[in-house]
Amino acid sequence: MAHFGPTRRSLLQGTLAASALSLTGFPAHAEPQWKKYAGTKLEVILAKGPRGDNLQKNIKEFTDLTGIQVESEQIPEQQQRQKAVIEFTSGKPSFDVVHLSYHVQKRQFEKAGWLADLSGFLKDPNLTAPDLVESDFSAAGLQYAKNDKGQMHSLPWSVDYFILYYNKELFQKKGVAVPKTFDEMVTAAETLTDPKEGTFGFVGRGLRNANMTLWTNFFLNYGGEFLDAKGNILTDGPEAIEATKMYQRLLTKVAPPGVAGFNWMESMASFTQGRSAMWIDGVGWAPPLEDPAASRIVGKVGYTMVPAGPKGQYSATYGDGLGIAQTSKNKEAAYLLCQWAVSKAQGARLLQAGGGVPFRNSILNDAEVRKGVKMPQEWLQSVIDSAKISKLGLPVIIPVAEFRDLVGAGVTATLSGADPATELKKAHEQFRPILERSEKA
Amino acid sequence: MPGWRPPSYWPFVLPALIVVLAVIIFPWAYTIWMSLHEWKVGSLPTFVGLANYIRLPSDARFVESVWHTLVYTALSVALPLLLGTLAAVVFHAKFPMRGFLRGLFILPMMATPVAIALVWTMMFHPQLGILNYLLSLIGLPPQLWVFHPATVIPSLVLVETWQWTPLVMLIVLGGLAAIPAEPYESAMIDGATRWQIFRYISLPLIMPFLIIASMIRMIDAVKSFDIIFAITQGGPGSASETINLYLYSVAFVYYDVGYASAIVVVFFALIVALAAALLRLRQKTHWNDAGGVA
Repeated sequence: MAHFGPTRRSLLQGTLAASALSLTGFPAHAEPQWKKYAGTKLEVILAKGPRGDNLQKNIKEFTDLTGIQVESEQIPEQQQRQKAVIEFTSGKPSFDVVHLSYHVQKRQFEKAGWLADLSGFLKDPNLTAPDLVESDFSAAGLQYAKNDKGQMHSLPWSVDYFILYYNKELFQKKGVAVPKTFDEMVTAAETLTDPKEGTFGFVGRGLRNANMTLWTNFFLNYGGEFLDAKGNILTDGPEAIEATKMYQRLLTKVAPPGVAGFNWMESMASFTQGRSAMWIDGVGWAPPLEDPAASRIVGKVGYTMVPAGPKGQYSATYGDGLGIAQTSKNKEAAYLLCQWAVSKAQGARLLQAGGGVPFRNSILNDAEVRKGVKMPQEWLQSVIDSAKISKLGLPVIIPVAEFRDLVGAGVTATLSGADPATELKKAHEQFRPILERSEKA
Repeated sequence: MPGWRPPSYWPFVLPALIVVLAVIIFPWAYTIWMSLHEWKVGSLPTFVGLANYIRLPSDARFVESVWHTLVYTALSVALPLLLGTLAAVVFHAKFPMRGFLRGLFILPMMATPVAIALVWTMMFHPQLGILNYLLSLIGLPPQLWVFHPATVIPSLVLVETWQWTPLVMLIVLGGLAAIPAEPYESAMIDGATRWQIFRYISLPLIMPFLIIASMIRMIDAVKSFDIIFAITQGGPGSASETINLYLYSVAFVYYDVGYASAIVVVFFALIVALAAALLRLRQKTHWNDAGGVA
């Protein structure tokens, strides 16, 4: 990968400049004592992906800055989640810093008390650079990182908004306008569907479990809320039924055959080969779509927000963060690493390569950073717009995986013609006892 | 017992005994102990007796997964066995470049299951996959392969068959090579047809090899995980979820180790039962009395 980001020198200069100008509106502080923990050794467990790559690639800068040695390993996402949970359960995790997936693990980690409270560190000028303030993180990020007592148990690293990808060429050919609402999206998809040509109006995840991240975009825009004040699950109510009907309509009438078994990979294949005109999925897919070696539609991709539903316009949001094991003996050093990983310099690199979107507004709003973005500006705009309408994409509960499996299986069943209301009811009869047990435990 | 002394060989047995206890007996005892507890990772185990086992028959997903496992196993044993035997007969005959072609034939067996699974996933793609393109060349309508509940298991068996037919071929080829030439010579003198020769001479004599091959295939297929997980993750819906996949979800995604242990115990019993049935069959078809069976 090309080297886009700022150098270490400019990072340091930038941080100093930020302090001097006090861009965040806070009085300028002295720099944290980066070298205080020199010689410490940290273990980090990362989920495989562009975030992990970005950290590992530039880790030398952190070691040069602090004198802290970092041993890190990247493990495929699902296995990394399992490994982290099993190690935490053992009481003696082998790592100091853990990369966590908020939409799956937030509640589980909080309830088990596995992560250290970082609130104090954030307020300590000896540890925290002046530009790192809570208010710089987007609302979704803070919602994810804070527990119900308002303590920060992780630093939000990268956010994943769901956006609408569309094929401009197919749209032009049929004279279709970019949809702003679900109704417009359905009409557009119908016009764009041409089974003889082998092109379809819409594609998206149909596979059980994976499909829930797409489904919730419909659910939220039909006015759905996951939980009531008492923590009861609401995903079989009228909003959910309407959302499922819309999902069913799109995926059975205007989507490629076999979509019930599609995960993001098959959906992306259909979209990059110009066989599907619209695709709703996470914002991180721009690099492969714009890669001539992997895509036939380079330069023809449009990026916009998920269209509005009858009850509003939201982008289902997911994200990951960095936390420190409660048992770690090197919490301060680990905190310096987390801080560096979510720093402006590292965040800028991530954004510029299209490998992720930082939770920090100061990075997204920086004109210099934006200029360096290698992806189309339209993509960046869709990111910025989605940030304004972002809403957590999955319920914050412990049995997230069971929720995705059971309700996801019901939703997939509707693609074979099953009735949405019946399927949701059936799924929730199975899921409710699991949720109740998990909260009692 | 008076005068009893430990047999002189015991110091030699001891290391093996310790290893067996540590890596086989202890994990089993522990699994059974776990299966009697309600135990979610992160919370303390509580003893529940046989509750986890009683839950199994009413767990629709488990019952369905047992059925999927049996269908998948039956097909993944039968097809490679049939095709592998056929291939062995073909490769047993002498023809030019036989060695080279044999080598080519066993290539799929050397591939990493997860890597080939990903390749097959794209080959199955209903819009872009090469399989539907090939069907279109001979005028057949496109299929949904692994993307439809009704065709997903046969399609996965196709991958399994592609990869493991060579193994059966190798085993059967070994059997064929070991058959003496005399029975064939006398059969030819008696004017037997090729089919008769195969049916009444080759088949009975390779029967012990076929049973070994079935057993290896059966054990492999029943515990198959990588190909199914990489291609469908048990989907669409749960149409291709075998016991192993369900077990994985319960243990490592839902972290319900108590219930997962109960599934393991039942799964183990199933494998033992299947293997015992095959072993019995093998005992009946010893090489020496193979003629009697025929």
